[in-house]
Amino acid sequence: MTEIRCIQVAINEQPQTAEVPTRMLLSDFLRYTVGLTGTHVGCEHGVCGCCTVLLNGDAVRSCLLFAVQADGAEVTTVESLTREGSLHPLQAAFRQEHALQCGFCTAGFLMTLIPFLRENPRPSASEIREAVSGNLCRCTGYVNIIRAVQSYVALSRNSP
Amino acid sequence: MTTRWFGDRVPRNEDQRLLTGQGRFVDDISPSNALHAAVLRSPVGHARLLRIDTAAARALPGVEAVWTAEDLGDALRPSPLVVPHDSLTHGRTQYPLATDSVEYVGQPIAFVVAADRYVAEDACDLIEVEYEALPAVVDLEAAVAPDAPLVHPDVPENVAAHLVQSVGNVEEAFRRADHVIEERLVLERGAGQPMECRAVTALFDPVEEVLTVYDTTQAPLSIRNGLAVLLGLSENQVRVVAPDVGGGFGVKIMMFYAEEVLVPLAAVRLGRPVKWTEDRREHLIASNHERGQIHWASLAATNEGVILGVSDRFLHDTGAYTPYGIIVPIITATQLPGPYRVPNYHSDATVVYTNKVPVTPYRGAGRPHACFVMERLMDRLADRLDIDRVEIRRRNFIQPHEFPWDVGLTFQDGRPTRYDSGNYPEGLDRLLEALDYEGFRREQAEARLAGRRLGIGIAAYVEGTGIGPYEGAHVRIDGTAKRVVVSTCVGTQGQGHETAFAQIVADELGVEPSEVRITTGDSRAMNWGSGTYASRSAVVTGNAIGAAARVVRQKAQSVASGLFEASPDDIELEWGRVGVKGSPQHSLSLWDVAVVANPIRYAYGDQASEAMQLMKTRDGAALESGEAPGLEAREYFAPDRATWASGAHGAIVEVDADTGSPVILRYVAVHDCGRVINPTIVEGQIHGGVAQGIGGSFYERLVFDEEAQPLSSTFMDYLIPTSMEVPDIETVHVETPSTLNPLGIKGAGEAGVIPVAAVMASALEDALSEYDVRVNQMPLSPSDIRDLIRLGTDVIGSQPG
Amino acid sequence: MKPAPFTYYDPHTLDEALGLLAVHGDAAKILAGGQSLVPLLNMRLAAPDVIVDINRLPDLDFVTTDNGLRVGALARQAMVERDAAVRDVAPLVTEAIAWVGHRQIRNRGTLVGSLAHADPAAEMPLVFLALDGELHLRRTSGSRRVSAGDFFVHIMTTALDPEEIATEASLPPVPPGSGSAFLEVARRHGDFAVAAIAVVVTIEAGRIRRARVALGGVGPTPLRATRAEERLVDEEPTNELFVEAALAASHDCEPVTDIHGTAEYRRELVRTMVYRGLGRAVVRARTGAAG
Repeated sequence: MTEIRCIQVAINEQPQTAEVPTRMLLSDFLRYTVGLTGTHVGCEHGVCGCCTVLLNGDAVRSCLLFAVQADGAEVTTVESLTREGSLHPLQAAFRQEHALQCGFCTAGFLMTLIPFLRENPRPSASEIREAVSGNLCRCTGYVNIIRAVQSYVALSRNSP
Repeated sequence: MTTRWFGDRVPRNEDQRLLTGQGRFVDDISPSNALHAAVLRSPVGHARLLRIDTAAARALPGVEAVWTAEDLGDALRPSPLVVPHDSLTHGRTQYPLATDSVEYVGQPIAFVVAADRYVAEDACDLIEVEYEALPAVVDLEAAVAPDAPLVHPDVPENVAAHLVQSVGNVEEAFRRADHVIEERLVLERGAGQPMECRAVTALFDPVEEVLTVYDTTQAPLSIRNGLAVLLGLSENQVRVVAPDVGGGFGVKIMMFYAEEVLVPLAAVRLGRPVKWTEDRREHLIASNHERGQIHWASLAATNEGVILGVSDRFLHDTGAYTPYGIIVPIITATQLPGPYRVPNYHSDATVVYTNKVPVTPYRGAGRPHACFVMERLMDRLADRLDIDRVEIRRRNFIQPHEFPWDVGLTFQDGRPTRYDSGNYPEGLDRLLEALDYEGFRREQAEARLAGRRLGIGIAAYVEGTGIGPYEGAHVRIDGTAKRVVVSTCVGTQGQGHETAFAQIVADELGVEPSEVRITTGDSRAMNWGSGTYASRSAVVTGNAIGAAARVVRQKAQSVASGLFEASPDDIELEWGRVGVKGSPQHSLSLWDVAVVANPIRYAYGDQASEAMQLMKTRDGAALESGEAPGLEAREYFAPDRATWASGAHGAIVEVDADTGSPVILRYVAVHDCGRVINPTIVEGQIHGGVAQGIGGSFYERLVFDEEAQPLSSTFMDYLIPTSMEVPDIETVHVETPSTLNPLGIKGAGEAGVIPVAAVMASALEDALSEYDVRVNQMPLSPSDIRDLIRLGTDVIGSQPG
Repeated sequence: MKPAPFTYYDPHTLDEALGLLAVHGDAAKILAGGQSLVPLLNMRLAAPDVIVDINRLPDLDFVTTDNGLRVGALARQAMVERDAAVRDVAPLVTEAIAWVGHRQIRNRGTLVGSLAHADPAAEMPLVFLALDGELHLRRTSGSRRVSAGDFFVHIMTTALDPEEIATEASLPPVPPGSGSAFLEVARRHGDFAVAAIAVVVTIEAGRIRRARVALGGVGPTPLRATRAEERLVDEEPTNELFVEAALAASHDCEPVTDIHGTAEYRRELVRTMVYRGLGRAVVRARTGAAG
């Protein structure tokens, strides 16, 4: 019989208490238990990056973690980026540069880029390419994703 | 018509929700009380099923149902053969669950419904199946050998179809040729691999007796109609919705995938919502593949490099079934002559069964194969005659004044292959200009001195797009919500329909694209139509929407002409207002006109009440005979035949001759899809297509062993290019309007992928010219490229530097 | 693609963890970063009865550089990658670790876990073999140290007993005058190597006094190219020598053909990369540049 554990997780700064089967993947927990369906699942073997979320601030693959492992941790998903309906500047750059088509992989790219840009606010094009190389996109050929990050970086450089 | 929005780089309407995690993909929909399904799939390539024991699985707590073929009752029928063809003499489609044999690894054998997916997979593990192995048919050439084992015992020689088409007299052309080029050319299996796998969620409302199916399909109406027949329901009792779909590329259009039958059936039978979401391994082994052809092609030419004729015989791997008829090989056969004058042409296609997952269209749908063959022949001809590879193309292009150009074949839609418009020489010129072709030759020579091997490759293509039969659209002004509501049934998988379609409407009705709300992929929104495939939505649905919006405009003009006592011709729609030209005081918002157009005796809301004051009492009935309330219209567009897009791509590639690793330094795509609705969206389509073409050139290969076991069943082995493998892609637009539709547009969805393998082959040969490398096969891994270099080294007797 | 059922433990002390392994032995799998294990669980290619998650063990997330390099079992690869002191004491580790998967993988995956997983095409096993690394193994009844050379037994098989935990991996200080290089050919950025090489040379008085040539992806474990090393020692570093050593290295491996490359191709890669790597390592040894 499946074991159940009670876990406490801060998801997007909201504390949550939930009972989870110990074998439940963090990605499934976020999507089905918590109902945050912005995190998508594309391969469930750690290659595509669609399920990227932040665990205590670091980008990780939520399909390679069990929900029970997030007990006591902070998890941040794409749903946290938008405040009062207005897009995060990186999201706005994605829209402006047409960096998404079907939109399925997009959350994973954003959640990979948020900590990367915090660590490296002035990346070169090749650093951007390296940073998102663990996220597969099948629609855009990455061209406009790279351009969107460059345009975001250029804009943030101009602001104080 | 004003053209404020058509052609503009409008940011997309759909982005807000997709960027914020508020998109609604099928697996995001979890009805309360839903059960989860899993499928037990064949682990063997070809076997008789001797025994299936589901007792242990049924006994597992949490399991609600375990079905094998014999449990399906009336639903146990082979899927319909969607596109029959006279040449398809031995078409075969599959049952939702295998009956007494399996023909490929991944074929569904049993269906489990349980409390959650974890338990459903546990139950699959408990099902015991006894197989009696049968010899597997894997290799295409071996499949048609006289003593080959058979995929289907009643299909002799594993031949599903034999398709022959001819133009002119090829034999005579080859007799008088100065030069004949002959090549064996191969494109291996690949697949679309959208980031979202397939998914189906179904719920049945027993009170209303309505079955609702959320499906990642590209063709919700076809699924709706098929399901209604299969389940004995009326079409009105089945609603199929394709909400946000995470990429399609062809693989999501099929009639039916097993789960598209099994999940709705389970929802009806069990009286609870049922959810199934494919995982990536299932998608890699059991959702349809493509590519996979071997060609023996020859070309006859004069000393001047003028093509006299082309003759091509090919084997097409259709896998174990032909659910989509022979569309892919038909397209290969009919598009092979490409942008060139080919006065004599003979095509002989044999469609072959193998013990592999079925082949149905994947972006490009037979065209990358055709382009690869024709462009390889052109390069060989240039090399033979010592003419530049660019020049040989110029000498054979169909010229701008020669349109419409009749190739003389019958295209996939059963209509003549007749190019409506194009400007191939200009496309090539723009490409060479962007690549700085001459400048590159100097750069190449300098790089060689520094020990670097650079090469340039170019290829040209045409693409028949926007085929019929028809699509429809309903356009309505919702005065209360202050928006234009447009309903279509074509699915959308990232193409930006909610924006491009809105731009068409916005121009007709004088509103902003953001004020236009497009519904796609809902069978309840539009009762007639087929789906999103074959680069057709913008052309066919776009023109239907344009037509419906024009009718709405005329209605608005007519209503306003009554209010302002002006001629309808003097009423203009601009910036959301309807008024008399040159008389701004005589105008109303479009939303108010919509309210007024409904001659009902009371109004909803204050603004509507004000608008009602403007209504003039008229004698007699509120509506005249034939008159309808409101501002709305439903129109259809049915094109005569395909409209032909075209383009030319080029790349500069560096190869490390010691490791065989290629690096793409530049990629330029010149593209002509007629009038461009939204250049940004079109460029995005090109980028994605090129990236998939790069995958098909160097990375993506579906490999099977001699027992038909797939060896590329994870993303560790089926290699989708990452941001490190795809270069920046430069795009150039050429616009020769289509002559076949009022908006002058041609399809753009598939174009990007078509010439890439041909471009890369050409560039590799150029970069490795000192080894006399001949690229006759794609994809090529660095290991394969090293093999070619060694081959060339032996020929010229030198060591790699 | 969901894991089969298992009993989950997340012990809070090392003794507790070792006790669990002593009880469950073969039936248990240790979960650290999980970047290799969880895919196998999801695909049900591994279905252990028991998972012992060691992520809550205290004091194992260390990276120290006082005397060589010591990396605790819970130090994530990204932590090692970012540590500037690691670049100074073990530049080969820093150079190679960037080739491990992608950032999201390295944020979670542990260096010690990569060694314990022992994929013959993985980067860290190769590097620890080249640098004479050691694994520190603990069990309830004691501890032992195993050299990297003895640790890797076969494909994904190590000297680790079922009741043991690898608590630490360490590298001795690199002798002065040393230079190293790591080269890899992978199908895509971040993939496991089709073939990879790591070389370390120590130069004294213009001659190579010590050489390590390790090969990955060309055998059931990472391999030492001993014939190549012998060829190099006590010689002056010349281009001709590198050519010969590279050829010797290509005979020091047992590659097989798979869908990503033929055996012959892998042998060629070894030759090409060892040749290039030696040149790079010698330059670094002479200039004292990183690596």
